[in-house]
Amino acid sequence: MNTPTTLDVSRLPTYAFHHRSLMWWGTAGMIVIEGTLFAIGLVAYFYLRGLAQHWPLSAPPPDLLYGTMTTILLLISGIPNHIAAKAGLRQDLRAVRIWMVICVLFAAVIQLTRAYEFTALNTHWSRNAYGSIVFALLVLHTVHLVTDFVDTIVLTVLMYTGPLDGRRFVDVAENAGYWWFVIAAWLPIYFTLYLVPRLFD
Amino acid sequence: MSQLEQTWADKPGLFGALATVNHKRVATRYIVTTLVFFVLAGALAIIMRTQLVHSGNDLVGPDAYNQLFSMHGSAMMFLFAVPVMEAVALYLLPLMLGTRTVPFPRLNAYGYWLFLFGGLMSFTVFFLNIGPEAGWFSYVPLAGPEYSPGKRQDFWAQLITFTEVAGLIGAVQIIVMVFKMRAPGMTLSRMPMFAWAMMVTAFMIVFAMPSVMLASTFLITDRLVSTQFFNPAEGGDVLLWQHMFWFFGHPEVYIIFVPALGMVSEILPAFTRRRVVGYLGLVIALVTIAFLSFGLWVHHMFTTGLPPLGMSFFTAASIMIALPTGLQIFCWIATIATGQPVRFATPILFVIGFFFIFIIGGMTGIMLGATTVDQQLHDTYFVVAHLHYVLIGGAVFPLFGGFYYWFPKMSGKQLSETLGRWNFWLFFIGFNVAFFPMHILGLEGMPRRVYTYLPANGWDGLNLLATLGSYMIAASVIVFVLNVARTLLKAARAADNPWGASGLEWATTSPPPDYNFAEIPVVASRSPLWEKDFPVAVVTGLPESVPSVLVTRLHDAVPDHVGLMPEHSIWPLLAALATTVLFIGTVFSPWALIWGSVPVGITLIGWFWPTREETEKHRAVEIQPDEADKRLTTLSEVMS
Repeated sequence: MNTPTTLDVSRLPTYAFHHRSLMWWGTAGMIVIEGTLFAIGLVAYFYLRGLAQHWPLSAPPPDLLYGTMTTILLLISGIPNHIAAKAGLRQDLRAVRIWMVICVLFAAVIQLTRAYEFTALNTHWSRNAYGSIVFALLVLHTVHLVTDFVDTIVLTVLMYTGPLDGRRFVDVAENAGYWWFVIAAWLPIYFTLYLVPRLFD
Repeated sequence: MSQLEQTWADKPGLFGALATVNHKRVATRYIVTTLVFFVLAGALAIIMRTQLVHSGNDLVGPDAYNQLFSMHGSAMMFLFAVPVMEAVALYLLPLMLGTRTVPFPRLNAYGYWLFLFGGLMSFTVFFLNIGPEAGWFSYVPLAGPEYSPGKRQDFWAQLITFTEVAGLIGAVQIIVMVFKMRAPGMTLSRMPMFAWAMMVTAFMIVFAMPSVMLASTFLITDRLVSTQFFNPAEGGDVLLWQHMFWFFGHPEVYIIFVPALGMVSEILPAFTRRRVVGYLGLVIALVTIAFLSFGLWVHHMFTTGLPPLGMSFFTAASIMIALPTGLQIFCWIATIATGQPVRFATPILFVIGFFFIFIIGGMTGIMLGATTVDQQLHDTYFVVAHLHYVLIGGAVFPLFGGFYYWFPKMSGKQLSETLGRWNFWLFFIGFNVAFFPMHILGLEGMPRRVYTYLPANGWDGLNLLATLGSYMIAASVIVFVLNVARTLLKAARAADNPWGASGLEWATTSPPPDYNFAEIPVVASRSPLWEKDFPVAVVTGLPESVPSVLVTRLHDAVPDHVGLMPEHSIWPLLAALATTVLFIGTVFSPWALIWGSVPVGITLIGWFWPTREETEKHRAVEIQPDEADKRLTTLSEVMS
């Protein structure tokens, strides 16, 4: 073995944002896994629909009001999340704190409209396969909605109380990124649950 | 104790053992756990073979037999074959890639605990006569509420949830590690074949496992809260289950087999003293297998009355898999042919056994891929023979070769060659004696999953032969266990690189220290240890007061930043316990999903919440991204 030269890394940063960070890739992995879960759930919906003579099976489509409210609120909530992520990127603690609180408030209101959505589906999971898949898709998305709501609260509290180091700003950016996935995953589900029975059946 | 040793060391005692996030310690447990499940599932097979030793035997009744084959298959697939490959990778990959740990060490520990608890749950309920009873693929309506009352299938569905969550966690670790934690200079085209194989496998896991998780969730809700997914009377469909199961189930076979291909490509060069022939071709073959594997699930459903055009498509896709597989085999043969004369140590014996058995399994696979043949042989012992030839031949033989090959790395001691030969020959002969007759039994029409048969069938002789073969396999596994035990207790220390292999995992001591490498080497070749000037350079300047790794760029492995890693923590264990309560709770009440998520949430918050001490340590070495404007320019500068 030769006496090797050295590659000095002591001046490299100890964290990094976006696709440079391990956390970004871990989150991306989760998003791909859960995106696949949503995709397969949607395929199951259309598979069952393809077998049925009438769709929805013996029920009117879900009422539009709450689902549409959720959709609009989710889309608007992308804005504070985007600003919070940018603030994280600038490592601007003051802005992070403010915008994360706004994100939490948005998410809280969305939990409410989501709760009302369950009351306006016009079917029940035990009635038939249509009811089952409608509930399954909505529950699946709600699990994500609730999980990320709790995540965001915890991270917001941490940003106020500490202990903080620079990597928490990476968490802020990743948390907002994940919320974007929650929004993006909802759009095809909204389209399928609320619009497909109205437009194509 | 140096600062580096201190930083990476576990806390002493029981707490330290439970709170460890050391990837080698976790992975060693993972491997041992999967092997224990392998032995248990194998014992079930021995009971089945003993029952079938002659016609009209009454050792076990039909109900017990149903549970035996269902548990054997489920445990072998979900508790052994997939997790053992991931476990080996979680041990070896950080060493092969030249890094100090996995990207998410706490998540890694959590994944292992979850796997352990899921496996313990399954075997516990099996011994309480609540084992699965509808086969490892649990077809509805047999597995549904009407034909499988009780809790047996609910526990099966949760076995899936436990193991698939653990499997997905492992897959994300592997992908992120391969992408972002390779030693400087290890470009994608210098990556070890095993890393390629595991990365391809991990991607397959990511896209396949969600399907079975969703399917088993539908099954458990059909059974517990009367959803109607699989009930045709209410608009559901039983074939929906088969589609969702096999969309996972077929890639699953390759998820088991592709890592083994990677092992073969690592073992062969060490014994032929040359690089593997056709590196690029081998990589392309792996990726091709992965893509094709998602396009042929319907060949498990040829007798379900699907449209003929669809069946032709799936026949073509199934048979096409022979092309990339064949390419690999020819590359390996070329490696042997053009290398130095092979030294027939135990690892290479298992590789040659793999060639022989796997090729036979591949041939019968081509036969079964043809719809017309499949319709005759579906659900017969021919299928049992085929699947064991591909899975044991294709995965277990290379795995055992891998154990013999990497055991010195993990333990610092070399397994006995004499016992290794006994291990191999008993396994190889026993395997063929056990499973070859099953081809003939299948052609003669013996259906699988029957607990007995009639004397008039004329199947006594071949069944006796198969049973004797299975005892030889059992003897072989006992020899293996004895070999491991004897070596750990008695053998002298082996050299750090006893095979003279070329991979980076052999560049450190055997067994490796907690931090794997005192100095991360810079790599300039696909077979670094065979280069005269290894290492071209070593990395200095990583913080030693906190566990840290070097994060490199995806394509060219140029250093990008320093990753500060979490220290040991008891929270992953607590979170896994809370998750276990949630999963088992839902077998009994759907409300467990609600109340069970509270402790899970609390433990996850505890896990995430940083301690002041840890934060202080991190802040002491922190360099913000914008401060570090003097990024390393290029790697070539250092290496020239």
